[in-house]
Amino acid sequence: MKLRKTAAAAAVVVLALTASACGKSGSPDDKSDKASDGKPAPAAPTYKVNTAADVKGSPVFEKIKGKKITIGTKADQPGLGFENPSTKKRSGFDVEIARMIAADLGFDEDHITFKTIPSEARETQIATGGVDLYVGTYTINDERKKQVGFGGPYYVAGQDLLVKADSSIKGPDDLKGKKVCSAAGSTPLKRIKEAKYGVAEAMSQQGYQLCVQQLVGGSVDAVTTDDSILKGYAAENKGALKVVGNPFSKEPYGVGLKKDDKALRDAVDNAIEAHEKNGDWKKAYDATLGLSGIPATTPPAVDRY
Amino acid sequence: MNVLSDNFAMFREGFVGTVELTVLSALLALVVGILIAAFRVSPVPALRIFGSTWVTLLLNTPLVLLFLAVTLGLPALGLKGWDSFWLAVMALGSYTSAFVCEAIRSGINAVPVGQAEAARSIGMTFNQTLGQIVLPQATRTAVPPLGSLMIALAKNTTIASSFNVTELGSVQKTLNADSGYNIFVIFLWIAICYVVITFAISGLFRLLENRLAVAR
Amino acid sequence: MSASVLFDVPGPKARARNRVYGILSSVAVLGLVAFVVYRLDDTGQFQGDLWNIYEYSSTQRQILDGLRTTVETFAIAAALSVVLGVVLTAARLSDHKPVRWIGVVAVEAFRAMPLLIMIFLLWAAVFTSDPMWALVIGLTLYNGSVQSEIFRSGINALPKGQGEAAYALGLRKTQVMTSVLVPQAVRTMLPSIISQLVVTLKDTSLGYIIVYEELLFVGKRFAEQRPPVNGVYAFIPMVIVFGSIYILLCMALSSVATWVERRTKRSRKGTPPPMAAPGAAVMAGPGLGAAGATGAPGTDGPKTG
Repeated sequence: MKLRKTAAAAAVVVLALTASACGKSGSPDDKSDKASDGKPAPAAPTYKVNTAADVKGSPVFEKIKGKKITIGTKADQPGLGFENPSTKKRSGFDVEIARMIAADLGFDEDHITFKTIPSEARETQIATGGVDLYVGTYTINDERKKQVGFGGPYYVAGQDLLVKADSSIKGPDDLKGKKVCSAAGSTPLKRIKEAKYGVAEAMSQQGYQLCVQQLVGGSVDAVTTDDSILKGYAAENKGALKVVGNPFSKEPYGVGLKKDDKALRDAVDNAIEAHEKNGDWKKAYDATLGLSGIPATTPPAVDRY
Repeated sequence: MNVLSDNFAMFREGFVGTVELTVLSALLALVVGILIAAFRVSPVPALRIFGSTWVTLLLNTPLVLLFLAVTLGLPALGLKGWDSFWLAVMALGSYTSAFVCEAIRSGINAVPVGQAEAARSIGMTFNQTLGQIVLPQATRTAVPPLGSLMIALAKNTTIASSFNVTELGSVQKTLNADSGYNIFVIFLWIAICYVVITFAISGLFRLLENRLAVAR
Repeated sequence: MSASVLFDVPGPKARARNRVYGILSSVAVLGLVAFVVYRLDDTGQFQGDLWNIYEYSSTQRQILDGLRTTVETFAIAAALSVVLGVVLTAARLSDHKPVRWIGVVAVEAFRAMPLLIMIFLLWAAVFTSDPMWALVIGLTLYNGSVQSEIFRSGINALPKGQGEAAYALGLRKTQVMTSVLVPQAVRTMLPSIISQLVVTLKDTSLGYIIVYEELLFVGKRFAEQRPPVNGVYAFIPMVIVFGSIYILLCMALSSVATWVERRTKRSRKGTPPPMAAPGAAVMAGPGLGAAGATGAPGTDGPKTG
């Protein structure tokens, strides 16, 4: 009982201290927004908002026209879909793609609501209208096409392995009897569980950071997912971890949207094609994924199905 | 499009996972809980303090946070190579142990004072009084709340699905993510699985209660 | 029965022995703590860069925001769950069989489902863009049914004579309930009711699964979306910081329970308490029905003093 009272008093003190906001201003990573060679990072392009945009026959667009567009993405993937926890600013290649599509649909930065959506909730969020578009390392495949529509692809990644810098693993064939980690419910996790790879254990975690931490701590031998994602973590752990660089799948990233909204899908496809042509796509890549030092490839052809 | 028959293997694996996790964590929780309850009534002040600190900390920590602490903290402490299943057992077991301890302590409180006094007066030591006289009687009162605790534990195992343990919660997640079944149908089947488990537990405890009631 | 009945007042020999035990166990515990601290330090959990984010006022403001969200969600869910508890109890004690049945089925159904799955379903299927209500309603349904069990066992544990005497005076059922039974039942069950509210408070942390920005979600972001320091992500600092906040918050709430318990004990005059011991309030007397029927709360069970 005495303990409780003391604790209650301590709680009040801590809260009061916190409330008085005695901290430094700014954010601890003001200095880190730079390319690996120390030069200031190329800025992401700005996109011209098409104020006259109209998507005829799209129920989703009818609903949001003149208001705000809600775009689902990820928040924890540096270089792809990332939200700075201090400044709340979103950055990354997926986020740029989302911004350029939104601009073509007539929404400027102030009219985009970004929403962080975990992988296992993507389909239901799109289907029930929780998000209007989803841009977040969303691999196009036939199973998912039964539930949602896909614009794009806007990028092709490949499943790869992140290992310790001194690891002997050179590719998927070296995984026999090893422990591998990936995010719960993801395609890479399902693939690595296939019998031909013979992994001893395929761990699933809520996020890739937990996998990376386990890799650094030695509980797993490799982290597997798309190379685009792994590059961000390799950059965060320079010297300790490396990407094997032997991709063993093709992961075309698409923009998820409501299944039967063909009009919106066409509009998204048009937007992606237009920005690939006018150079925005490459500029966006250079400002995000390009920071890893790997140059942009040619963007994939949009698949209008 | 029958969710259950299409994915029977997955459901079976999840069901077994939930049952295994529940049983093992329940055993751990009971053992640790009884031990901590004994600490809390023991003559040694240091043990009493340890017991009440343990209970206070665990009663007031959200289970998710405890899971994070165990799954990330223990490997950092050098317990490498532990299966995430066993880490989940540790987290669930120690979390529930605090509640078990409180249930048993309440049970001890409900034993008439005369019982312990009589035991003391015929010269029994603390260990004898507690182990042979008080605890057996306290168990009787503690059985119904322990049953509720075990049901709660069975349901809390879902949280382990976020920490790489295959059980019914992860079945739900996988099915939701993948295959375009109606989300309510998935939910219904998962719900039925849980109802089976919780009914089995409450049946077991009702049986136990009746047994002990006869012995009175 | 107080603990002291279990052993004699220690004499000089026993005191000396207890001191030895005390020292030994203190040394063991301190040794364990020292080992934990050493290992954490050894694995680099105390590197300044993992912790310095908490020095910034923007961080503190976000923690406060998360804290406010958690407390608000808790307040709404707590109020609603008590209301639902009252309604369900009224239904279960009704004279009409169908109403009673509805009450029983509702309580059993909501108590049998894991809260996490319920919240996820509510979010994915109903409150797609409103995770707060998914969380609040999930918490309300579950905790409301548990509260109803507590109320009911409180009323059932009252001596039969109370109700009989009231009926004999010619009071109607509503009057018997509101002016005789409920006030007494609430007084004895108040500690259990508040303990269940502590459980409700703790369970708001399940909101992280549906990306609701409560305290734990804010914390996870500081761990996941900060670059690692020498391969270590800031999970352990996060667990320490946010664990302390949760523990203090819950202890403040349970200290209310202890205070209330002491007050109600003091003000109890005349009628002897219906319980064997005040500490055993949750037990509601032996043999009072099955595991489900005693007041022991569902997720987390009894918590007294």
